[in-house]
Amino acid sequence: MNPLSSIAYRLNVDLIGRAVLRLERLRGERALRRHGDRPGPLSPPLACSPRLKELISRHYLRGRYASGHRPVAWVTSGGPIEHLQALGYFLIYPENHGAVCGIRRLAQDLCQAAEEAGFSRDICSYARTDIGSVLSGKTPVGRLPRPDLLVCCTNICQTVLYWYQVLAHHFRVPLVLIDTPFLYRPAQPHAVAYVRRQIEEAIPVMERVARRTLAPARLERVLVESKEAVELWMRVLERGKARPSPILAFDEFIHMAPIVEMRGEEDTTAYYRVLLAELDRRVAAGVGALRQEQRRLIWDNLPIWYRVRPLSEHLASRGVALVASSYTNAWGELAPLMDPRQPLDSLARVYLHPILNRSTGDKLRTLAQMVREYQAHGVLLHSDRSCKPYSVGQMDQRERLGRELSVPALLLEADHNDPRSFSEEPAAARLDAFLEMVLS
Amino acid sequence: MNPSSARALGIDIGSTTTKLCAVDGHGRRVWHAIEATEPRIQDQVRRLLQRARGDGVPAGLDLLATGYGRKLVPEARAALTEIGCHARGVHRELGHGGTLIDIGGQDTKVIAVGDEGKVQNFAMNDKCAAGTGRFLEVTAARLQVPLDEMARLALAAPEEVSISSTCTVFAESEIVSLIARGAEVAAIVRGLLRALARRVGALARSAGVRPPLLLSGGVARNEAVRRLLSEELALPATLPAEPQLMGAYGAALAALELQSQPPAGQSGGSPS
Repeated sequence: MNPLSSIAYRLNVDLIGRAVLRLERLRGERALRRHGDRPGPLSPPLACSPRLKELISRHYLRGRYASGHRPVAWVTSGGPIEHLQALGYFLIYPENHGAVCGIRRLAQDLCQAAEEAGFSRDICSYARTDIGSVLSGKTPVGRLPRPDLLVCCTNICQTVLYWYQVLAHHFRVPLVLIDTPFLYRPAQPHAVAYVRRQIEEAIPVMERVARRTLAPARLERVLVESKEAVELWMRVLERGKARPSPILAFDEFIHMAPIVEMRGEEDTTAYYRVLLAELDRRVAAGVGALRQEQRRLIWDNLPIWYRVRPLSEHLASRGVALVASSYTNAWGELAPLMDPRQPLDSLARVYLHPILNRSTGDKLRTLAQMVREYQAHGVLLHSDRSCKPYSVGQMDQRERLGRELSVPALLLEADHNDPRSFSEEPAAARLDAFLEMVLS
Repeated sequence: MNPSSARALGIDIGSTTTKLCAVDGHGRRVWHAIEATEPRIQDQVRRLLQRARGDGVPAGLDLLATGYGRKLVPEARAALTEIGCHARGVHRELGHGGTLIDIGGQDTKVIAVGDEGKVQNFAMNDKCAAGTGRFLEVTAARLQVPLDEMARLALAAPEEVSISSTCTVFAESEIVSLIARGAEVAAIVRGLLRALARRVGALARSAGVRPPLLLSGGVARNEAVRRLLSEELALPATLPAEPQLMGAYGAALAALELQSQPPAGQSGGSPS
């Protein structure tokens, strides 16, 4: 720890930053109260949206001043983070940062920066966005703190393995790899033991880099907080089962940031309590995210980050609500597996079971269950050029959803972060034809 | 056919051709025009409407637009995608549903048409021009064979060379090397049409084929494609009299239906 860095952190984050961001939230809340209710098919934005903005801005502000004050780890989205949280690490998720770049329309430039350095366009656009950001120093969040440690878990794809090797080589910092066997069948005890042992072996590395010893009581507190946040998030998602749905998957794509980046923190749990209470008020009053909900769809795969708003408005104009997504569900469905009293075993199970580490048949069962529970009229399968593990099997899933559940599904070709792999007109033609069919 | 009896219009602005069709109060086609799509779509639509009026089609009829340019027609009362319009047109023309394959200029669609003419499911080619009319245009130009000659050449060809690429761009380079090796033009043409039929057949099978097999779109006029596609799917193919016109015809039928609905019932229209 560098005393000067700590002073800068306290001053810029805890004093000035906190006050400025709080003021911005209050302004945002007032603007929403005054001008939030605009004519159009969408209901006013959720009143807690400015609070979410405050939470995310504070997170990146902390990141900006973290170096020298706190140990910093960069982690894959499915990586085990509870031990890192308990050791006081500040966490950066390059995938989440990539999504921010996508929403702000910066991803294409960053991808090109990576391509100019020799990385193929066939590589995941999150990886290219991140590598491009690292190489060019460009980011929409001010500054990303340099990592002291990299933690890579292969439960979402194999690309992360090579991506994090590139980062380790670039930053010359230790890389912890957690290898998770793919689950074609329910997890066998040896698979759980294998992942558990890797987490155990990672702890001394995390301690050495942080120059701290892990306190079991602190780990348990983080786990309790993390489990509660995940359970709250699942309840938030389940509110989408109401008709009309008080929240759209498009909203969830944005409101999911804390559960990915800041689970285990008290502020996150507090935020989801506020969000849940607001959704409950909407459900009680019969208020939907759309003023007139005619049809309900489910989204599969990552969002198309640079098209979230246009797509949301387009569906809303037809009275079509996106009531759930397998993607946001992935951060809630594993809550029952978390057990703060058995940290290692339960975490090993949790990190073995993300949807991307389970068989395509299992993914189909998850989708089918969501179709039934959310009373959906159709499924939008985003065939994501950058996320092959998520997209593989979608043609069969489309066919079986139709055959076994009589639910039509559309394959929509795009890429979650690289707009060059998205053709507006052909995509619009397919989507419009699908909506005509679902609405007829 | 009496153009003056027209009661509604449909326009299908495709990537390659634009079709305008007029129907009478019973939904019968009474007038139509087909032109190559021009870059200035709004000017072309205006001119086509004038041409219709010049031929005796009454002015001020309800117009419904479909195809890629459907959102660029301010005169249209509503817009629908070509998938729904082709289904509607073919169903009306043939009197039954089935699996409709519409091979257009840049899109190939496989549409499950229900017995009432509604779309039950559909699949489209992925976002490249393989297996579409553009594939034929590009390869015909490379071989210096007029498009209309392709079917005759292919059907008369005593043999067929194998074209492995369904990619329009790579097929071009394959043609160059086949010509250099002395392959007969007719045999190459037949190989190209076979490659297209295989590609379209695979798309159809992925969506599920329920007989009867119906065809529409400009490419369906090519007899060799029809025959090879029938072979590929082991099913006889039924063709409407004017396959290229089915999108515009379906749009005109939809415009006619809109007239029987109150203004609030314009749900079929696309506001985007």
